[in-house]
Amino acid sequence: MHPFAYTRVSDVATAVEEVASDPGSEFLAGGTTEVDMLRIGVARPRRVVDINALPISRIEEGPNGGVRLGGLARMSDVAAHPVVRERYPVLSRALEMGASPQLRNMATIGGNLMQRVRCAYFRDGGAACNKRVPGSGCAAIGGVNRGHAVLGTSEQCIAAHPSDAAVALTALDAVVRLRGPDGERSVPVDDFFLLPGDTPEREHPVGHGELITAVDVPPVPAARTSVYLKVRDRESYEFALASAAVVLRVEDGMVAEARIGLGGVATKPWRAHGAEGALVGSPAEGASYELAAVREMRGAVPRSMNAFKIGLAERTVVRALRMAAERQGGAR
Amino acid sequence: MSTVPQEARAAQTGRPMDRADARAKVTGAARYAAEYAPPGTVHAVLVGAEIACGEVTGVDAREALRSDGVLAVLSHLNLPPLAAEPHLLPSLAGASASGQSFFPMRDARVHYAGQPVAMVVADTLERAGHAASLLRIGYRGEPHTTTLEEGRERAYEPDRIFAGFLPGRMGRGDVEAGLAEADVVVDAVHRMSANHHNPIETAAATAYWEDGRLTVHDSTQGPTATRLTVAELLGVPPSQVRVVATAVGGSFGAKAMIWAHPTLAAMAARHVRAPVKLTVTREQMFTACGHREEQEQRITLGARRDGTLTAIRHHKLSPTSPFDDWAEPSLEMPARMYACPNHEGVYRLFRANTMTPAFMRAPGEASGMFALETAMDELASELGVDPLDLRLRNHCDTDPTTGLPWSSKGLRECYEHGAQMFGWRGRDPVPGTRTDGHWLVGTGMASAVYPVYQAMNPQRARVRLHADGRAVAETACAEFGTGVGAVMRQVAAAALGIDAEQVEARYGDTDLPTTVAAVGSAGSGAISSAVHTAATALREQMVERAVADPDSPLHGADPARVEVAGGRMFLRDGGGESYTDLLRRHMMFDAEALGSWDPPGPDAGFAAATFGAQFAEVGVDPDLGLVRVRRMLGVFAPGRVLNAKTARSQLMGGMLWGLGHALLEATRMDPDSGRWANASMGEYLLPVNADAPEVRVEFAEVEDRMVNPLGVKGVGEVGVVGAAAAIANAVHHATGRRFRNLPITVEAVLGGR
Repeated sequence: MHPFAYTRVSDVATAVEEVASDPGSEFLAGGTTEVDMLRIGVARPRRVVDINALPISRIEEGPNGGVRLGGLARMSDVAAHPVVRERYPVLSRALEMGASPQLRNMATIGGNLMQRVRCAYFRDGGAACNKRVPGSGCAAIGGVNRGHAVLGTSEQCIAAHPSDAAVALTALDAVVRLRGPDGERSVPVDDFFLLPGDTPEREHPVGHGELITAVDVPPVPAARTSVYLKVRDRESYEFALASAAVVLRVEDGMVAEARIGLGGVATKPWRAHGAEGALVGSPAEGASYELAAVREMRGAVPRSMNAFKIGLAERTVVRALRMAAERQGGAR
Repeated sequence: MSTVPQEARAAQTGRPMDRADARAKVTGAARYAAEYAPPGTVHAVLVGAEIACGEVTGVDAREALRSDGVLAVLSHLNLPPLAAEPHLLPSLAGASASGQSFFPMRDARVHYAGQPVAMVVADTLERAGHAASLLRIGYRGEPHTTTLEEGRERAYEPDRIFAGFLPGRMGRGDVEAGLAEADVVVDAVHRMSANHHNPIETAAATAYWEDGRLTVHDSTQGPTATRLTVAELLGVPPSQVRVVATAVGGSFGAKAMIWAHPTLAAMAARHVRAPVKLTVTREQMFTACGHREEQEQRITLGARRDGTLTAIRHHKLSPTSPFDDWAEPSLEMPARMYACPNHEGVYRLFRANTMTPAFMRAPGEASGMFALETAMDELASELGVDPLDLRLRNHCDTDPTTGLPWSSKGLRECYEHGAQMFGWRGRDPVPGTRTDGHWLVGTGMASAVYPVYQAMNPQRARVRLHADGRAVAETACAEFGTGVGAVMRQVAAAALGIDAEQVEARYGDTDLPTTVAAVGSAGSGAISSAVHTAATALREQMVERAVADPDSPLHGADPARVEVAGGRMFLRDGGGESYTDLLRRHMMFDAEALGSWDPPGPDAGFAAATFGAQFAEVGVDPDLGLVRVRRMLGVFAPGRVLNAKTARSQLMGGMLWGLGHALLEATRMDPDSGRWANASMGEYLLPVNADAPEVRVEFAEVEDRMVNPLGVKGVGEVGVVGAAAAIANAVHHATGRRFRNLPITVEAVLGGR
């Protein structure tokens, strides 16, 4: 492990100042990714600034039926919160299907959004990885890429984004609140994750020292019957091969509102705008779901070991849409 | 000889009893090899080769040596020479037992990725790790071979495999003639991924020298094997090496052989003149303790219309290391499973850039019986015969390879009880017809078999009886989750005629009486025999003393008429006295006896194996590619069950291993780099609790008078065998599709769409 210094801070302003003023400093929240990165030498900060004592861990009901999740709210607390459970089952479910109970008790919502990819070549210091060492190449493209992305990839990087919660938050149009040296700003979740393109090392439009203070989830009445469906090899403690977060509102047998997030198949938590566009105004039935899913995956680029993810994602979306429709009583 | 009444013995052996180490392990009180820190302990870390084949061209340690706290950097440039060549020999032989005929850092050659090329010693673990990252190691890479597809063309037929213990080719009868007379032939190729053991405690050793004597705290299945191996490699008399392994956190074969790290820890300790702790990291575990090799098995079955087998041809192809002809023995037990007159088994190997593979729970039987038992299911389908009836039709009453009688069998009872409990009879054989919501549901079964291995040298134990009524049973064996500690207590209690709660088990230390490494499901047989022999000798000693003592109520009695129960020696029709009274009267604070048991040799005139029957029900979601096991039932005939709880747990754990083998476990090779691509517990998928279905374990009682004094055949591995086949056969029954490759992945299930 690379030697580093450790500082603990207790207020947001100091935290931001400590990191913003020092390019070698990084925030340390729950540490469930960061400590791994330190141990394997992928993260090599001069200093970590422990922000666990900051007063930004509350979960509060917002006006108009939304909810504000403090940046340091623990995954397990968010998942279990009665308001989240009632209004956003898609988020509760996504959180509870992520990681393990021990990790969820430590990991924070802000950290969840900032977690690094699981690509073995990113984590292996001896392998070519443009995300870790820009310009070094991508060993995953010709390597073991069963778990890698088929959407949003580039020739520089095909690592799948690992988060479940961020997929749900994307479907819910959540907004990330940031505090930086220049004050506060808000970024919609869909914009908070960058496609790898030619700069896979840059994952978020976040400046050094900017801190996630909260994630605002807006009121989404239809989310009360929302669904998160996660497909994976084993039943727990595994990242998704494909997942779908679905909010569906059906009126008179027609799709009136659809919000779909895809996980496990894309380089960022994937908002399926194409599928949503195809669905709204269509009959709430299997044929529409299949058409929408196929449309979304049309641009997918398979690699040697992950072509199965295209069809799997389509069927995961279809199944989740059916489940969401059934939850509204409109079993179709 | 005196006796312990049947009911008194039965109250001790066989009953469910908690593991002796349970409380210590779950509360954190147990001390593992890396948790000993003699004063002045320093830390060593290993640095693995980044290339899979080639040479180390240079080790620039200047920056590392300047780093804070660093005491030494060892590499092929300065590692002291070994006193002897390491040679692969299974630890069951009771001798020095290197896991491969190769020891790292003796020259610049790199044979496999992760091969240790340097060792850094520093005052703290963190400083050692940091200094390791500062080493500048130069490599000259050469083309490497790491997969079946790359090595297939260069395969050869070895004379012998398995460290020379088994021939590379076996046969009986005339397979060509057998196939010619077959009405139906099934010919199938099965591919199985490489697997790694992943015990929860990674391998570790803490070593220190005192006055020329070496002590090693090692995480091992065989403290004696560690002692003999380290002593031989370092040129130290074994008597001067003590190995302690009081708590071991799982192994599954990973710690059955002695790998380089305990010897390296001892070398480092001698080099820096301080106790050295060396822990293999989780990632390094994928290149430090062997693995189950990737393999391909082609099996051809010939049968008459009535299901009678006429031929079995079974060929295996697998990679081995540059230095050893290793294949796990996949073909032996399938050759002995059914009464078939014609059999041919052939191993083919190719040299690859891998360490020598190793034993992994049911090494060979798990993979070989997967191939045989899925092929038998195919044959049953082809013939329109019930799979269970097909197996009954080919049941063998003697070992078909030698004609020798089985010491005990019980397989028919396993089939019968299993079929009844599982509800097998009346099963609709038509595949793909049962649904439950999104799920297709199916059932499958398979036979299980695991040989009874015997240690090759005497097995010893000591039992001491204290005047306070308590006893201590001691052997050198390690408790790595098997329940052997509880079994020692129970066996000693039964032979002494006292309660097992009164017996303490001491184990995991070469200062205690020598036993072989607990491997090959032979541990319970070897250790129970030694403890039983010692405790029986002690009981006899006490009875002899009593009948010779004029002050004893038993004076002058025939020892053969003396019975012992509840710590009291008595005559059925007269008086008696307790051990305690006798010892106190004789001013003895304790008494003890050493027991030594000579296992039967290979020419003992019988064949021995544990048999069983596996049943599974699965659900398959064909849209999402999911296979989920709904219930498993295993019925086994392991001879005498010494502890119903730990035996059941062993078998249940084995069956869940079979689930992992069937559906999840695969170490994936990156062919470009020649390195494992998923060397972590996050990415190497083991079943978790949420994957575990209802698992039912039952016993078919058989008495075995041949294998050892108590008739114990072992339960550590047979639970794995056949479980993957039962699941794969159930998947076929659910879907109508045959899966011959393991694990059965989501993409494989989707592939049929």
